[in-house]
Amino acid sequence: MSSNDVTHHAADDHDHDHGHDEHGPAPGLMRWVTTTNHKDIGTLYLWFSLVMFFIGGAMALVIRAELFQPGIQIVDPMFFNSMTTMHAIVMIFGVVMPAFVGLANWMIPMMIGAPDMALPRLNNWSFWIMPFAFTIMLSTLFMDSGGPAGGWTLYPPLVLQMGDSFAYVIFAIHFLGISSVMGSINIVATIFNMRAPGMTFMQMPMFVWTWLITAYLLIATIPVFAGAVTMLLTDRFFGTSFFNAAGGGDPVMFQHIFWFFGHPEVYILILPAFGIVSSIIPTFARKPLFGYDSMVYATASIAFLSFIVWAHHMFTTGMPLAGSLFFMFSTMMISVPTGVKVFNWVATMWRGSMTFETPMLFAIGFVIMFTVGGLSGLMLAITPADIQYHDTYFVVAHFHYVLVPGAIYSLMAATYYWLPKWTGNMYDETLGKWHFWISTVFVNVLFFPMHFVGLAGMPRRIPDYSLQFADWNMIATIGAFGFGFSQLMFVYIIVKCVRGGEKATANVWEGARGLEWTVASPAPYHTFETAPAIESSTVTR
Amino acid sequence: MNQVDLQTESDITVDVPISEEPAVKNSSSLHLKVIGKMLALSIGMFGFGYAMVPLYDIICDITGLNGKTGRVSIESVATSPIDLNREITVEFVSSINQGGAWVFKPQVKTMTVTPGKLYHTSYYAENLSDNYVVAQATPSVSPFTAAKYFNKTECFCFTRQPFEGKTSKDMPITFIIDEDLPVNIDRVTLSYTFFRSPDQGVEPS
Repeated sequence: MSSNDVTHHAADDHDHDHGHDEHGPAPGLMRWVTTTNHKDIGTLYLWFSLVMFFIGGAMALVIRAELFQPGIQIVDPMFFNSMTTMHAIVMIFGVVMPAFVGLANWMIPMMIGAPDMALPRLNNWSFWIMPFAFTIMLSTLFMDSGGPAGGWTLYPPLVLQMGDSFAYVIFAIHFLGISSVMGSINIVATIFNMRAPGMTFMQMPMFVWTWLITAYLLIATIPVFAGAVTMLLTDRFFGTSFFNAAGGGDPVMFQHIFWFFGHPEVYILILPAFGIVSSIIPTFARKPLFGYDSMVYATASIAFLSFIVWAHHMFTTGMPLAGSLFFMFSTMMISVPTGVKVFNWVATMWRGSMTFETPMLFAIGFVIMFTVGGLSGLMLAITPADIQYHDTYFVVAHFHYVLVPGAIYSLMAATYYWLPKWTGNMYDETLGKWHFWISTVFVNVLFFPMHFVGLAGMPRRIPDYSLQFADWNMIATIGAFGFGFSQLMFVYIIVKCVRGGEKATANVWEGARGLEWTVASPAPYHTFETAPAIESSTVTR
Repeated sequence: MNQVDLQTESDITVDVPISEEPAVKNSSSLHLKVIGKMLALSIGMFGFGYAMVPLYDIICDITGLNGKTGRVSIESVATSPIDLNREITVEFVSSINQGGAWVFKPQVKTMTVTPGKLYHTSYYAENLSDNYVVAQATPSVSPFTAAKYFNKTECFCFTRQPFEGKTSKDMPITFIIDEDLPVNIDRVTLSYTFFRSPDQGVEPS
């Protein structure tokens, strides 16, 4: 690799504040409150989502502990329901989305040779809304009437019977939506206007491409969700009847509006993961990404198709045959561009000089286990089969396979991959591999049995179940606790790496290409204040 | 370089003059343009969310989705040709939303009808409480594909029904099943759900 001879050594000063830089950050806590630096804000997003990951994970463990045995043992059903609801909201809006935004903040300017994000003050605001929104959201758990317990999909009329938490949850969702839309506008402006001179769209790293498309999805769908929850709010407090049949409304309409947002949302949760994996696999296979152009077009096709498949979440609400067929076929069609991606990753690895450092292990784990989740999704797309699977644990198994060993694994891969660039120190490779293997064993012990109990008919969102599901639920709970506690290793490895360790070179990985690897490790507080030259060695395709 | 060479090598090795100016300086008008477009998109999509409400009703009207039934005038059905040999069983069911002190039931549970002919029946409702209450019934037809062939010329569901305390009434329906009803359907269920109007005295939206 020609880029290997760029060997900036990490500065001796391994102070976390990078105080050696003349334009360094202000000291003290106010640095984090007032910062407009893309790296600081990226760091804030990433720590925030790590904290939320443990909050959401603790909720999942409450759910799994209750489901360890049939019967009601630990929590009362109302609290159980608020755990399933809050677990979903926290994991989606508090973990996966902020973590991807954090990575975008850190990496996109460095990948396209820009000095910062386009709108740095807006960026600060986008982040600092989130802790407040989640404080409001989580505070509902301590209210007398309990937290939201109608499911994260907020279906009326059930959601309208929620206690005092209702208004708080809607308010928090509005805040989170504003944060996401502002963050997305920032990302689009950065990618459009701040690429280093000479970097064309078709030379951008895949992570930048997938985020550009994700940002469009966010800008197009979050406002629809905001509209839907506003309708719920006015139905509850201002006498409108959007979803109230007594006043001429229709609760099923909420599901249409919700899933018009909700389906693109699931691609918001996975497209940046595709970008991460497309960055990591070429590095450790020591080959350029196979089929870069087709990757870009596949990402765009997935984004387009995501707008015309929403009703596959609602096959059991009843719809005309033509509607069922349309949504069934359009859903199945999504597997074509997704398949293109999976085959491109496999082709990238084919005959590569592969090594299996922790980021690569997580990336390969992603490809294999995301495909498992994708295939069960294809089964769910079949309308007559879905009527059997609907609202069973099979659905839970499906979306957890695409989100946990999918989106979450991509985030872990990204963390291990870029952590040396962020901190200037190598993480502990041995512990990283242990973290991968323990997580991978337990995540399958946790989620694979859910396929079986789901096909056998166990319904979701219910704290008690029939005796015949007992064995697999016990195994899943063991997997859940194993997976949950093994994530403490992840925190330990990150903290250890932040505090010190073997110094990382600028390039970190032998096969790494791209502009982010041309700056020192740790990345100086300000990078690319003068736009870099775009050369073949720094273009990732 | 890698053994696998890039096809587009020639495109990307072009020498680009390096700008001395920081890229961010001259781009604030470009940023404003992007912000404007993206804000317009997000506000437009917020509006689209609301536009789905009337769109949904229109689509349900056209397709009969959700079992929403049509209303026709008496004149338009008078000239319809009638197939006297065909018999359809119509079942009447009722339910009361969220309980409440009500009696609400069909006067007859089933009728055998001929498509194209006009029929009358009624539902009985009684307010068991002492209070004045306004109620409304919403109809639904099952199977959904039959909904658009189930036409009512008169129905208590078209209007809000006021009840003084401890009063009862018979509420009529006049309906006609279109003779274009698909031949595979021989049984149609008409279901009414009885709601307390959300705003007593205010016209529901």
